[in-house]
Amino acid sequence: MQTKTSKSALFPYMLWILFFVIAPIALVVYYSLLDLHGNFTLDNYKAFFTSVYLKMTVSSFWYAFLITFFTLLISYPTAYFLTKTKHKQLWLLLIIIPSWINLLLKTYAFIGIFGLYGPINAFIEVFGFDPKQMLFTDISFIFVSVYIFIPFMILPIFNALDRLNPTLIYASRDLGASAFTTFRRVILPLTMDGVKSGIQVVFIPALSLFMITRLIAGNRVITLGTAIEQQFLVTQNWGMGSTIAVFLILFMVVIMLITGQKNKGGRVR
Amino acid sequence: MNKLSASAKVYLIIVFIVLYAPIFYLIFYSFNSGGSMNHFESFTLEHYQAVFEDSRLLVILINTVIVALLSALISTIIGTLGAIGIVTVKDSKMRNTLLSLNNVLIVSPDVIIGASFLILFTIAGIKLGFTSVLLAHVAFSVPIVVLMVLPKLLEMNTSLIDAALDLGATKKDIMMRVILPYIQPGIFAGFFLALTYSLDDFAVTFFVTGNGFSTLSVEIYSMARAGISLTVNAISGLVFFVTVLVVIGYYFVTSRATKRTEGQQ
Repeated sequence: MQTKTSKSALFPYMLWILFFVIAPIALVVYYSLLDLHGNFTLDNYKAFFTSVYLKMTVSSFWYAFLITFFTLLISYPTAYFLTKTKHKQLWLLLIIIPSWINLLLKTYAFIGIFGLYGPINAFIEVFGFDPKQMLFTDISFIFVSVYIFIPFMILPIFNALDRLNPTLIYASRDLGASAFTTFRRVILPLTMDGVKSGIQVVFIPALSLFMITRLIAGNRVITLGTAIEQQFLVTQNWGMGSTIAVFLILFMVVIMLITGQKNKGGRVR
Repeated sequence: MNKLSASAKVYLIIVFIVLYAPIFYLIFYSFNSGGSMNHFESFTLEHYQAVFEDSRLLVILINTVIVALLSALISTIIGTLGAIGIVTVKDSKMRNTLLSLNNVLIVSPDVIIGASFLILFTIAGIKLGFTSVLLAHVAFSVPIVVLMVLPKLLEMNTSLIDAALDLGATKKDIMMRVILPYIQPGIFAGFFLALTYSLDDFAVTFFVTGNGFSTLSVEIYSMARAGISLTVNAISGLVFFVTVLVVIGYYFVTSRATKRTEGQQ
């Protein structure tokens, strides 16, 4: 190929990398070293290791873990059964379509569904229970998050299961393995890559959620994402916000190393 | 083994119901003449009428579409050129570095993208508003386009280019009549994905939007924080309708494009 024309094709792309990939990361690191008056300091990092921020980090991880766990619990069987359906690509598409509806709208729907006079409370009342305020609880927060992430978890697991060679399962059966042993020793290990990239695309966004926490959890749940948003847009303390962002980036890198980088991942918002 | 058991079917049906219930719940109540999402009084189109009579909302809707179309177009150009450039990089270390840098914005949480872009635009002296939102959307769409175009370029047989050169084609001819037609499906897919990401984005836009300029997502967020308004339900009805149309359109375009390339081979 012509090197000269191709090199000039690379030019706008290199500019993009410089201004929108490298510069933003450098700026976040730079700002994490500034205090409110623009002086260099390590105070933000010191502050991060105080109990307030450590507690927040731990609870953020705990919520992200719960969300990922329940998403995986629901998605794996769904993906498995989907691969067994007749028109599996069509059914998969139907699973994906809800993920294309604006996230805000889906979250907004749950404000009505979980509300004091919403359908769930109406349903509970039929059985003689008193209506409860379900909005602004941990359970509603986790439920909505799991709901949002399910399609993103199903997709990589479905692809992994779909690539699985069925003769391996027949072989395992022929050799006398029970359905459970076949699943544990053959199917699960061979689809682990899909599970890993599913965890990756759910866990990292779950750490950084801020919109669902505000709308559904009513500021009760503070994730790392909520804290960053708070520092940047409410308290206007960009230094501290950047410090939390630096730690979030570090956590992200660690998670990606653990879950492997073979798959490209996806975006969830 | 290949037959689904009854319990598996029930499980799938429940998952589908749960996935779609909130969406249809919203749309159902968008036709409610009452003011809440609790009791359905009678059928009405007044909330849809309210959407189309609210000039502020219409401006926001137009803004959202303009930002999406423009950012998708610009990022498709930059991304396609970038992908063509990456393929010509022979040094594998350099190429891997480029690819890793390409993926940074795809795996980064939106909050970090938003916050870092806010710092960037403030330092660069770019006023928060249309320009900053457009730039941000271009920025996070470029890597998606690259990822859509790159596989097409890699599967392309280089002897096609050699043949064109032997036949006396100029560089421009090769680009316009060999490479671009071949990678066209990837370019289309990249454009559509960029479009949907832009239409869908909330978190990044929320950070760089400033006062006075708003997209649909940001507007819905502030409306939802204020409480339930059936106008939002009407918007969701319209969004669902448009999304389904886009999905159908996307499949129509891509299946035609793949058929055409298959026909050429």
